[in-house]
Amino acid sequence: MSTDSQQNAHHSPVLEFKSSTFSVPVLVLSSNDAIIIEQQLQEKIHLAPEFFKNSPLVFDLQELNKHDLDIDVTELINIIRSLGLLPIGIRGGGAQQNQQALELGVPIHSGHSVALSSGTQKPQPPEPEAAPEPQIVAEAATLITHPVRSGQRIYASGDLIILAQVSAGAEIMAEGNIHVYGSLRGRALAGVQGNTEARIFCSDLQAELISIAGNYKISEDLNDAVPNQRVQIYLQNHALVIKDI
Amino acid sequence: MARIIVVTSGKGGVGKTTTSAAIAMGLAKKGHKTAVIDFDVGLRNLDLIMGCERRVVYDFVNVINGEATLNQALIRDKTCNQLYILPASQTRDKDALSQEGVGKILDELKKDFKYIVCDSPAGIEKGAHLAMYFADDAFIVTNPEVSSVRDSDRMLGILSSKSRRAEQNDEPIKEYLLLTRYSPERVKLGEMLSVDDVQEILSLHLLGVIPESKSVLNASNSGTPVILDEKSDAGQAYADVIARYLGEDRPHRFIDEKKGLFGKLFGGK
Repeated sequence: MSTDSQQNAHHSPVLEFKSSTFSVPVLVLSSNDAIIIEQQLQEKIHLAPEFFKNSPLVFDLQELNKHDLDIDVTELINIIRSLGLLPIGIRGGGAQQNQQALELGVPIHSGHSVALSSGTQKPQPPEPEAAPEPQIVAEAATLITHPVRSGQRIYASGDLIILAQVSAGAEIMAEGNIHVYGSLRGRALAGVQGNTEARIFCSDLQAELISIAGNYKISEDLNDAVPNQRVQIYLQNHALVIKDI
Repeated sequence: MARIIVVTSGKGGVGKTTTSAAIAMGLAKKGHKTAVIDFDVGLRNLDLIMGCERRVVYDFVNVINGEATLNQALIRDKTCNQLYILPASQTRDKDALSQEGVGKILDELKKDFKYIVCDSPAGIEKGAHLAMYFADDAFIVTNPEVSSVRDSDRMLGILSSKSRRAEQNDEPIKEYLLLTRYSPERVKLGEMLSVDDVQEILSLHLLGVIPESKSVLNASNSGTPVILDEKSDAGQAYADVIARYLGEDRPHRFIDEKKGLFGKLFGGK
């Protein structure tokens, strides 16, 4: 390389840091049994293999630590990776768990009370009963005003509200409820993280597939649904119920 | 300010090149200096439809590679001196196009031309991506059948998420629907989707309906854009499309069945 181009490289910046926000699925664990975790995770992935393929993931240990359930973070990370997911963060872990995660190249996400940065922090025993009230933070709803076209996918970590149509071949997913005020012709999956209380509301049901917390119906089973009729879909005894509104 | 129009569809064989030729000629005949670019590198067709295949010396890829200047490669149309054609290379493939190279050529054309029409190849791969990436307006060419409509829908999704305007958060590309090869008789028999059906699925502004017509094939064979055949229904339909695009308000024609002799005599529907 000539000195000229080296100087150029010094003068014109070739990179800059920008801040941006991403929506990433968070895996909240409520058991420390690695076998069950692996099994259930696998089942979830089977429901939407394309969506989960190489998907980034943050895992959250707050629930476990609240109940003093210890988990081997190294093993957990290995399970997650072996299922084709890419863990990009640990949340709510203890100091030692965070350290284990860091060693495997998984950064620590703060935002939860237990999350501590390793190193300078003194090893602090988890405070027993003085733990803060479990705070219920409502995830903001995602609002989409333009048509969702064939081949597009939308994922919302809270509720998803769509004011336009969802075309055949499009896929909309939400951890919470889904509202569609145009024609719903694509796939709609509500409660994708297992929320069985999630519902789908739509003004014109012509979907290819609807699913709530993994219980699904395909278009063939929706023959009774009348187009141009407002309906809601919810889960009752592990079966999807479609009701007029 | 120059506007870049992409003529695209996703599906092949729906009439993109015919449409590109017709609207480029239509705009040029209205007095706007227009360039039409063939992005279908490797499957060059536009020069045939425009009747300039025997005058191709340099092509799009030559200009991108710096082997020729833009002025050397642009071919002026025989019938309209406001219209220029930039042919595709037949000996290369789509990988010869680069985003940077295409951007540079379009920037250069923008200085000189009012409208730049990009004739997209079929598919959603590199050629089609580059044809739409820099666009300001998109003409979505759709046939009234389900697979074409779905592919158009897919293409609309790509326009709204992968174009330069989308990436830079500018005002989105203006999308127009062009329904081609429409046959009211077959719609009536239930063999074809109707205008309303397509509109309902795509919910898009309808710029025009081009009827299925022998004149289109004749025009292609003779290398004159069909819009120049003013007697033909397809030619008139394209003229309407141009007028509407330029802001005129014209009622849609060719949507209803042609009345036969009896229909005309008795005037009933």
